[in-house]
Amino acid sequence: MKRFAATTIILLISASGATGQETPQAYVGAEIIPITGPVISDGVLVVHQGKIVAVGSAEATTVPADAERVDVAGKVIMPGLVDTHSHVGSGWGGDSSAPIQPDCRVLDSINVRDAGLQKAQAGGLTTLNVMPGSGHLLSGQTIYIKLRDGKTIDGLAIQDDDGNVLGGMKMANGTNSQRDPPFPGTRAKSAALVREQFVKALDYRRKIKQAGDDPTKLPDRDLAMEGLLEVLDGKRIVHFHTHRQDDILTAIRLSKEFGFRVVLHHVSEGWKVADEIAEAGVPCSIIIVDSPGGKIEAKDLLFKTGAILEKAGVLTAYHTDDGITDSRLFFRSAALGVRAGMSREKALHALTLAGAKMLDLQDRIGSLETGKDADFIILSGDPLSAYTKVLQTYVEGEKVFDRSDPKDRLLAVGGYGASEDQQTHMCCYENGEAR
Amino acid sequence: MMNRRRATMTCAMALLIVCAAARTSPAQTLVVRGETVHTMAGPSIKDGAVLVRDGKIEAVGKADEILAHAEGLKVLRAKVVTPGLIDAHATVGLTGYLNQAQDQDQLEHSGAIQPELRAIDAYNPGERLIEWVRSYGITTVHTGHAPGEIISGQTMIAKTVGRTVDEAVIVPAAMVAATLGDGAVKGRGRNASGGQGDRKSPGTRSKAVAMLRGELIKAKDYLHKLEEAKEDKKPDRNLRLEVLGRVLKGELPLLVTVHRSYDIITTLRLAREFGIRLVLDGAAEAYLVTDEIKAADVPVIVHPMMMRSGRGQTENASMETAAKLRAAGISIAMQSGYESYVPKVRVVLFETAIAAANGLSFDEALASVTIDAAKILGIDQRVGSLEVGKDADLALYDGDPFEYTSHCVGVVIDGKVVSDEAR
Repeated sequence: MKRFAATTIILLISASGATGQETPQAYVGAEIIPITGPVISDGVLVVHQGKIVAVGSAEATTVPADAERVDVAGKVIMPGLVDTHSHVGSGWGGDSSAPIQPDCRVLDSINVRDAGLQKAQAGGLTTLNVMPGSGHLLSGQTIYIKLRDGKTIDGLAIQDDDGNVLGGMKMANGTNSQRDPPFPGTRAKSAALVREQFVKALDYRRKIKQAGDDPTKLPDRDLAMEGLLEVLDGKRIVHFHTHRQDDILTAIRLSKEFGFRVVLHHVSEGWKVADEIAEAGVPCSIIIVDSPGGKIEAKDLLFKTGAILEKAGVLTAYHTDDGITDSRLFFRSAALGVRAGMSREKALHALTLAGAKMLDLQDRIGSLETGKDADFIILSGDPLSAYTKVLQTYVEGEKVFDRSDPKDRLLAVGGYGASEDQQTHMCCYENGEAR
Repeated sequence: MMNRRRATMTCAMALLIVCAAARTSPAQTLVVRGETVHTMAGPSIKDGAVLVRDGKIEAVGKADEILAHAEGLKVLRAKVVTPGLIDAHATVGLTGYLNQAQDQDQLEHSGAIQPELRAIDAYNPGERLIEWVRSYGITTVHTGHAPGEIISGQTMIAKTVGRTVDEAVIVPAAMVAATLGDGAVKGRGRNASGGQGDRKSPGTRSKAVAMLRGELIKAKDYLHKLEEAKEDKKPDRNLRLEVLGRVLKGELPLLVTVHRSYDIITTLRLAREFGIRLVLDGAAEAYLVTDEIKAADVPVIVHPMMMRSGRGQTENASMETAAKLRAAGISIAMQSGYESYVPKVRVVLFETAIAAANGLSFDEALASVTIDAAKILGIDQRVGSLEVGKDADLALYDGDPFEYTSHCVGVVIDGKVVSDEAR
């Protein structure tokens, strides 16, 4: 290995990248944080055709003879960040006609040229769950995307082996979805409306089963019911916006009654019911904002939620909820979690593999392991330091962000023209009043 | 450097007296010792200490020198000690954390120009978010009415302690808060802050400036009449024009929240016309017009780096604004700003961390939330640095204050320990 290193031309980091899909790329000399194992101080990461083909210490890892070597000594490499809850791209789900709209797909509304997506690349994010808002009990289907440099949503969507676009279902309880009829006015009504629709979906499924092989007996296609069936069949995970401790338990109660898979989102008061969440085996995707309050349900939102959930044994991820927090500052959420007692390991896990698990993508992303997608970031230093910069972001081996490129740098730090097409989205704040 | 030497000498002399007094009133005397003490009045002191008595700083220097004369005193220790931080513009105390109508006193929509509104009449010292920001080391806030009307009210400066506003306040009327550009414009479908009823004006930025100029000219006339008229011809007292008169006389600076570069230029023009002491606030695009701001010798209270900058007048906000202005020789301070949703208050320490990571040196960044902020606010005789005679406001950290993983481990205000849990 030493002999190789001595004869290698040191390539500027910026000179490598997008050309490397046919030739293996070996990133040599960085501290590697694989997430699934201990930190490797002098590591090697080899990627080829969009996949990780080797990762390990310099001594233990063979660099293919034909590999292009990239010297990243002094830098830190870790998996691309996974954001389980983002609103970049100005996407919308349901409209104000009904509180439950499983037929609406956020994929039909995202502007992939929105600068918010590029800012997310600058923040080191590589996979997002882009969601419709929380102003409905069920606002529609979410989409899981890779932050490739695509020009259309199809270029970004994550698909399964059969070509199906992957995503979850967005639900919410508490105050955001309480409005004038046909929306619910109380919490009990909120739960009743949800139960009514799931009961209907079970009926719909029964009719399909009863039809057997006879297509004439099939019920008319119902897009909303089809969406709910995907939830009931476990193909779509419910991403459930919920803040208050009682609302959290209501979300769990509904998921148990109908047997749907759920990830709790925000979970501001999760620290009050951590044992109950752990007992139910439900993962939490949490948010950190600078202070409690701002809306009545977040009055007890504290930095310590991550630490308490960790102690209780709950699978915990952080999310940006961009534009509530800025994707470029995603690391800050984990750092503030550590400030309040979370372990460093779990905090980094919460930005990567934990999120991947919540999207059913843990076999493809979230850690640096052989066979996984080559989604990784190169950092200037400790990921939890306020001074650290994301230098480069790679999705499936392709460089999608490079801080040394002035155009990318503009997105990373802001400045004139940095927000083209960008629309921040705040679901529940209108006319100077938080709903 | 010279200043610090002089200060240290003064301290050494003072110490002799202090020791005698300390024994009689130990409860009011304590030592804060830091592995590094950033005095902001000279280079930082390694293994330094600050002697505090009766709410004031009595001595600053090397720990061994200070402790030699401070036997038996309570000693607080921390890795890093800084002056208590100053949030140069906030709305905390007027904007309650619940964000419900009854705890939102930051903006009155009944009129576009209401300088007669005073922050002291709306400040809630029991507001939970004051305690929140204090626990991260913020000891002084310049707070008041929010942006959103051409003139929204008079700001105040307070310590982040006190059961009543009178206990908290150090400057009851600090500046007059104003807004120009998009933020002030109502009508034509725009709804910057909402709740303005059916008011049609200002519906454009030109109209906002015309309205403000009109009001300032009225105030000029009012001042003139007050000074020139015979006793029986004096005009009736007018609270609104009185305050604007103080602005025209230079007693109160006009704090103008404005973001677009062309709105900044408009604001400079207005200040020039009336000879107003101007402080620019927010100023997201200030980096485009640094020459003009520098020439006008106007300080800038830089926007919170984490404000949502995706659209509208702040779309071009930059994490490097503070560094660029500072490099251009413009006085800067950091602010937490106004937040209409979650989070209801930002922590100016966290905002400054981003400026420190984006071009400001550590010392420059710390100055922007201590001594430089104090100078812009006109309170540098009292706070902003660790110097003999100043208020004993200190923040203690267990590491680099700008690292999110560090903790604020103690806060002292007016010599009293107001927080000692790691936050």
